Amino acid sequence: MSSIEYNRVSPKYIVVDLIGYLISGVMATAVSFVPLVVFQWSLGWIPPVVVGAISIIMVALTPRRVRAIGYALRDDDLVFRRGIMWTRVVAVPYGRMQLVDINRGPLARAVGLSELKLVTAAAATGVTIPGLPEAVAEELRDQLVALAESRRAGL
Amino acid sequence: MTHVAPPTGLSDGEWHRLHPATPLLKGGIALVAIIGFMVYNLRDAFIETLFGGGRGDEDPVSWLLGHTAFWVIALAVVGFLLLLVAAFYVSWRMNTFRITDEVVEVRSGILFRTHRKGRLDRIQGINISRPFIARIFGAAKLEVNVAGQDANVQLDYLGSAAADDLRREILRLASGTQAAATATAAAASGGTLIEQRVHELLAPELDPAEAPLESVVTMNLGRVIGSLVLSGFTIMVIAIVVAVVISTSLTGEAFFLFGIVPGIIGGASYYWSRFTRSLRYTIAGTPDGIRIGYGLLSTSNDTLPPGRIHSVQVSQPLLWRIPGWWEIKVNRATKSTTTDGSGQRNTTILPVGDRGDVMRVLGLVLPGLSTDEALEMLRRGIESKGGDDGFTTSPRRAAVIRWFSWRRNGFALLDDAVLLRKGAIWRELVIVPLARMQSVVIEDGPVYRRLRLGAVKVHTVAGPISPSLGALDRTDAEGFFDSVAAAAVRSGTSDTSHHWRAHEVRPADAS
Repeated sequence: MSSIEYNRVSPKYIVVDLIGYLISGVMATAVSFVPLVVFQWSLGWIPPVVVGAISIIMVALTPRRVRAIGYALRDDDLVFRRGIMWTRVVAVPYGRMQLVDINRGPLARAVGLSELKLVTAAAATGVTIPGLPEAVAEELRDQLVALAESRRAGL
Repeated sequence: MTHVAPPTGLSDGEWHRLHPATPLLKGGIALVAIIGFMVYNLRDAFIETLFGGGRGDEDPVSWLLGHTAFWVIALAVVGFLLLLVAAFYVSWRMNTFRITDEVVEVRSGILFRTHRKGRLDRIQGINISRPFIARIFGAAKLEVNVAGQDANVQLDYLGSAAADDLRREILRLASGTQAAATATAAAASGGTLIEQRVHELLAPELDPAEAPLESVVTMNLGRVIGSLVLSGFTIMVIAIVVAVVISTSLTGEAFFLFGIVPGIIGGASYYWSRFTRSLRYTIAGTPDGIRIGYGLLSTSNDTLPPGRIHSVQVSQPLLWRIPGWWEIKVNRATKSTTTDGSGQRNTTILPVGDRGDVMRVLGLVLPGLSTDEALEMLRRGIESKGGDDGFTTSPRRAAVIRWFSWRRNGFALLDDAVLLRKGAIWRELVIVPLARMQSVVIEDGPVYRRLRLGAVKVHTVAGPISPSLGALDRTDAEGFFDSVAAAAVRSGTSDTSHHWRAHEVRPADAS
């Protein structure tokens, strides 16, 4: 598996992911001020500091995290990897795919990206390839559906 | 009005109706009981609130009859009951089913019509259950399990013999065999209606007409009771009792004792359901799959056609180690709507058994693993303490994470299945047929990377088992990932078990 050549997702996805993490980070930090402001706890400064630090780390790592996302179409299966601290590599044989979904969130649509979701009979498979340019996503979907059709296995 | 057609004719592609007693069995009995209960209990209060108290010594019945309001209300009640009876009757009339070569269809509903079709080649199993009251009426509920959540086609209720025949016919159609139906009208036991009922009640859960079916596991009372006494649930119960006793004696309040009453009721019903279900447990192989029978008063039996089992787990609760008992569970691509509280109807295929039982059941469930080597690997997977026994186990440095089990924690790849073995205290073996697995994953985290370890998971359809193995050497884990990914594709394309009799020449040959 060390020899797999991964396709990277679009660098534009960094922006999408960044904004997402920024929003949730700001919101989480705001909520963590509640003990300090509302209840006036003496140690109330700890939650905002911790949550804020985690949010900043998450945001700072976004470019690396996005670069770590990769997918590869091998002869008989699709391999998807993601994660830097906790890495996860999944192989899904084409014959096991039940359906292929394309989703577009508002942010991703603004920069012309789509998200491709593969569904097998196992909920745990959980393969969602984010940050694909729309044309690429649609081409990939058609290709995957054709491959799945030609290798369909009984359930 | 057509009654239920003769048993053999149910799969002729025409629409049929269900058993005439269906409305009663489905809710009529409950309705009658509830009305009776209400009338009995509320009679006095009802009369008093309606007509005021202080009737003195006057005879209440004659007093009532003299009242006009009584007649209005009585008419309303009778009208309501008649309406209900009519509704039950119409709903029975409107509830029809048919079985064609490709699908099983059910139409039901009066105002809101539903029409459900299940494709025969997607059948995951057929369940025939006979609740106690239905058994008295000679009726049975047949449920065709189709892949997916809540995607089952239910035929409730059918005549008992008709249900058995229908099951055979559906399985024959689903198996892809081209052989003509082996005419097998159930041998009517003759005699009066009552004799037939008695005969059916006493008949073993495995349909005798389907002989020679012999259960490969025999349950005995001692083992069933022992398995319950030694179960993890018992440990929990004891812990709770001890906690309650201590807290009561410390605080001197009897308050906690009241809290335990619902617990006792719940616990007793859990034990009772496990007990009744395990006591007459049978499992046998048929040409159309494994048949598992359960139940004492209410019986049920499941038929799992070949290739419908997505993973198998052999496990041992801690205390079962003393007598050497095991339990077998499976993942299936269907969720039955008729599971009970403990949810074990469809997933536990061996409630308790010794090693011989386990091996026999595994032989039925995984016919592909019947070679001597495979059986030896299964045995090692269940019992071995680890070491150099054909399993790729965790390296010594993984002892940091797997304190006791690192010697045993490992996997083995067979031709068409993968074995995952883990646990030194709670021993467990998971077997995933490669043709059924959906995807494979390899994971690591900061600690694992430091130790050059990796974790693998094999994804199957949802169920009680999620096959995974942690703390493997990174290289071994990668090797596992590569070989399983390749083998899954290979066995996926060569697998033909969904039409398990398509190549069959002689209809009674396969087993």
